[in-house]
Amino acid sequence: MTAAAMASDKSAPTRKVQYGSMSRDRAWALRWSYFFLVIFAAFFLLPPIYMFITSLKTSAEISAATNPWWVYNPTLSNYAELLTKPEYLTFFKNSVIVSVFVVTITMLISIPAAFALSRMRFWGSATLATGVFLTYLVPDTLLFIPMFKMFAVFHEITGIQLLNRWWVLLVVYPTLTVPFCTWIMIGYFASIPKELDEAAIIDGASWFQTLTRIFVPVALPGIIAATIFAFTVSWAQFLYPLAFTTSVDQLVLPVGIITTLIRGDVFAWGQIMTGALLGALPPLIIYAFLMDYYIAGLTAGATKG
Amino acid sequence: MAGVTLRNIVKRYGDVEAVRGINLDIADEEFVVLVGPSGCGKSTTLRMIAGLEDISDGDIAIDGDVVNDVPPKDRDIAMVFQNYALYPHMTVAENMSFGLRLKRYPKAEIKARVDEAARILDIRELLDRKPKALSGGQRQRVAMGRAIVRNPKVFLFDEPLSNLDAKLRVQMRTEIKKVHLKVRTTTVYVTHDQVEAMTLADRVVVMNHGRIEQIGPPNELYHHPRTRFVAGFIGSPAMNFIPVQLEQASGGLTMRLSDTIAMPVPAARTERYKAHVGQSGLVLGVRPEHITDAQSASGANIVPFDIRLDVIEPMGNETLVYFTLSGETMCGRVSPEAGAADGEPLKLAANLNHMHLIDAKGEVL
Repeated sequence: MTAAAMASDKSAPTRKVQYGSMSRDRAWALRWSYFFLVIFAAFFLLPPIYMFITSLKTSAEISAATNPWWVYNPTLSNYAELLTKPEYLTFFKNSVIVSVFVVTITMLISIPAAFALSRMRFWGSATLATGVFLTYLVPDTLLFIPMFKMFAVFHEITGIQLLNRWWVLLVVYPTLTVPFCTWIMIGYFASIPKELDEAAIIDGASWFQTLTRIFVPVALPGIIAATIFAFTVSWAQFLYPLAFTTSVDQLVLPVGIITTLIRGDVFAWGQIMTGALLGALPPLIIYAFLMDYYIAGLTAGATKG
Repeated sequence: MAGVTLRNIVKRYGDVEAVRGINLDIADEEFVVLVGPSGCGKSTTLRMIAGLEDISDGDIAIDGDVVNDVPPKDRDIAMVFQNYALYPHMTVAENMSFGLRLKRYPKAEIKARVDEAARILDIRELLDRKPKALSGGQRQRVAMGRAIVRNPKVFLFDEPLSNLDAKLRVQMRTEIKKVHLKVRTTTVYVTHDQVEAMTLADRVVVMNHGRIEQIGPPNELYHHPRTRFVAGFIGSPAMNFIPVQLEQASGGLTMRLSDTIAMPVPAARTERYKAHVGQSGLVLGVRPEHITDAQSASGANIVPFDIRLDVIEPMGNETLVYFTLSGETMCGRVSPEAGAADGEPLKLAANLNHMHLIDAKGEVL
């Protein structure tokens, strides 16, 4: 009887409700996502795969008219040859030293710079912040000629030769990394509530202590993101080392591979591919370990108030 | 422990004067609340005491020393912020001890002070947690703990309860009062909530448009407001205001609300109000609790009147009744048994023994 009473109560909704439209919608969205992501992944993964395949071939097989996507006589001779070559190890060492120094220099400059520009409101700080960003917009292809000239003039006046020394890159690379890193850090610091530094200041912290004991730990994801960026830029930089260094013992990896493995019109493709592949490993390893931080750093401020 | 003195404090932002000449003496161990609507300059004043804002003009002294140019860290103050401002990467204990560690206190002393503050605030079991693992009320306690361990001359609170829900706010209000009774540090507390101001303060400072309207103990502000602003700001529901004409009548003064309604002024006030007869812009102020149902009120100067109610709000212990008189919405508090109902007539009584007469300049006469 009660059931009958309840049924008569439910007279209002006569239209049949369609359930599951949400999940159908989602299924379609997922299908399209997979479709495009697979295309995307294939597009970007094919070159490294091709590099890997080629690195396993002998020079004879590379120039033979066989299927380029298959290795018929796999060999590790390219790896063995490259890793026993003292030049290649020098390039690798130079790259590591330059990148580590550049990252350190960049962080030592851009973290305090970003802190000052975002927090210590002084006359012209907003203009300076924009100025920092504008420097980043000037492409390195435009800068290397005037910089070359500057170094030459510097040599004439002081007698100190900067050209063809690996450490000149420690001066040059930060012109690329510092503006961008400062810019990300300004954004990250801006997302830290103002009361936090006010509390620190009332607690008796100096500006420097506020930076090192509050801001750096709180902004660590942003700092790691900036570090990864600086490392990638200096590791992969090609134009500046090509322009400013020439002796074999001063070269970094990207330039070293090109200058030593291409002799006239003879391309040692197997070794070039091997060298490039091995050179791509360090950034890959760093990304793999710090990816979560990197994403957190780049998206910070977008969601947090 | 120390007093705080403000002398002609002015704060300008460009052409805008946010604080326009404030004079205030806060005694040692006193709990003073700055209250006012948003934009009245109360937070700016507090931040100037803290040293987070520069003073455009005037002097601030803590413990007798002028601190105008003393940086915040050397003023020996502690501040509690609205959004707590706890350091997210430190544990509760580290948050509380940060200031002491910067000053290189011995480890044993730091531990003793943190433990003592944790005991006072009842957060001993939270000491190893990070702020993100705490509830709003717990974070507020930690923020207070951070202030207490420093044992400063002055506590500054900047709307510390505004981020809490209503129930917790009432609870923390009591906590703050208890802590003050235990620690007895001079306190300046900023809030926009007049109930908070009334319940916490030894003295309340009501601010409006960058000026102090009135300073006094809570009950004095409530019963003897000096301006219309204070009369309307303190008390909830707010005081009723209604324009009146003061007339000379046989045997005393009469307040005329409209052509048909007039009420006699209590004889005790005739002398005070006599000079204002015929003056324009006079306003009668009566608190809601002085408009009650006629059954439960009688006596001298209690004037009954019939009115049709607009709406009622039953509160359980009492019923708030709203009605319109001379175009003004008025509020009264009647007994739940008075039979008040939406849109129905009711016989009310105004107790004029507690009336206020306000002139056109907004001053209570």
